[in-house]
Amino acid sequence: MAETTAQQTVEIGYGGTERLVMNMGPQHPSAHGVFRAILTLEGETVVAVDAVIGYLHRCHEKLAENLTYVQYPSIASKTDYVSAMTAELAYVAAVEKVGKIDVPKRAQQLRVLVAELQRIASHCLWLGTWCMDMGGALGGGATIFLYAIRERELVLDLFESLTGARLLYGFHQVGGVRYDVPAGWAERCRQTIDLIARRVDEYEAMLEDNPFFLVRTQGVGVISRELAQDVGVCGPLIRGSGIPYDVRRTEPYSSYQDFDFKVPVETAGDCFARYRVRMVEFRESIKIVRQALDGLAEGPISSRPGVKSVGQVRIPKGEGYTRIEGARGEVGCYLVADGGAKPYRLKWRGASFSNLAVLPYIIPGHKIADVVAIMGSVDPVFGEVDR
Amino acid sequence: MTALTAAAAASQIQERLGLAASVTGGEVGVIVPRERWEEIARFAKDTLGCRYFNWLTAVDYKEQGLEVLARLDHLDAAVAVTLRTRLEAGTARCPTLTGLFRGANWMERECYDMFGVTFEGHPDLRRILLDQDWEGHPLRKDYAVDTPHAPYR
Repeated sequence: MAETTAQQTVEIGYGGTERLVMNMGPQHPSAHGVFRAILTLEGETVVAVDAVIGYLHRCHEKLAENLTYVQYPSIASKTDYVSAMTAELAYVAAVEKVGKIDVPKRAQQLRVLVAELQRIASHCLWLGTWCMDMGGALGGGATIFLYAIRERELVLDLFESLTGARLLYGFHQVGGVRYDVPAGWAERCRQTIDLIARRVDEYEAMLEDNPFFLVRTQGVGVISRELAQDVGVCGPLIRGSGIPYDVRRTEPYSSYQDFDFKVPVETAGDCFARYRVRMVEFRESIKIVRQALDGLAEGPISSRPGVKSVGQVRIPKGEGYTRIEGARGEVGCYLVADGGAKPYRLKWRGASFSNLAVLPYIIPGHKIADVVAIMGSVDPVFGEVDR
Repeated sequence: MTALTAAAAASQIQERLGLAASVTGGEVGVIVPRERWEEIARFAKDTLGCRYFNWLTAVDYKEQGLEVLARLDHLDAAVAVTLRTRLEAGTARCPTLTGLFRGANWMERECYDMFGVTFEGHPDLRRILLDQDWEGHPLRKDYAVDTPHAPYR
């Protein structure tokens, strides 16, 4: 036995040029879901990566063809379950565009309000899990995770009193939203975002004064401007690579044109740039939430009557692509309607799918430990990758 | 150089490629013959400047065959070109765009997985979401939702 071990040691050698294939995932704590990376290593350097996805595939597009326009929105939230509010919104917005259905002003503003609260909650989860992935470098790593999750809970509490659910809401419906804000909710919401605004300053101080954090994120996982467009990455990834692409600005929907906010852009394209973009987005989202609460119009919250039967929404023959800006970037639905109560075809353009597709181009050349930092900086949600 | 508009993009496509183009808002739709698929995509990328590969998918129109669509965006001008090509019924072969856009790699793999479209020239055309030994292509209209299969393998 001892002899065999000695033999193997000699075979691997000391040069560091031999290639090893290492499997990571699908059950891996840093995979943020079920993601498998088959890494080819030279010593500790990754030379190639085969990204394997599909472990969470539920064939959402087939499901959508078999559920009516009334039924599917609550299932749509299960594509991106960390940002369910925007996932639902993408679907109902597509149906409204193809069916030429109006949405009352108040409903549009409520949509903006919940979408931005959702962005804050989603970014909290991203920040916490990403920092935990980088672990030891951040003084145990779980500190930021616990802080960020604490803040996310506050937002989920708000959603719970608004919709009755904490994760998957069923808030949006074709023609508007289902629930109006209850009494006292706006005041609680203001208190919560004021608190989060202060806490975001704390996170920033904790991280950016930490040299280990800077070393592990600056210059790591650089996505060039050209690569970003070529692969079609979106959200904080493309804005971290110097392109000011934000659907809220490019093609405003749900009255975003009435709001005053900045689209943060960084040029370095590395993990730190993506982190910076999201940190500014926290504050911009807080700004938008304040404006939405201040300027909430009076009036109905839906242009259609309440749901009485599953087949009551019928969309005339037509097709179109509608996109919104989710927490992870452009979420879009290409919808083909045939006049019935169900879509003929629905294509989900998941932000995470396109963002994850960049990994095979940016990981090679980095160390194994960087794989975890890069993956976390992409912020994939596998419900949206695999759909 | 003035910013590209959807109308300008459509007239360029009409004049230089001889293809009809429709304009809806900032979106230009072009119906492309299958054999000119890559050429038109290259024109959209290099000449019009639609360098952002947004998505690629297909729609199954049963007897009328499969339609493959790709959306390419010009991010600065907020103009998008949607290319579509109809594959004759019974055939499912389409040229690949992987030589033009790296993003086409995964999108075409998904399209192959779900619709069985063979992208000719794709460097790595494997299933991406389903298992490699899966039978059938679920988003085809003739694939029944209750198609029996072994639950665990």
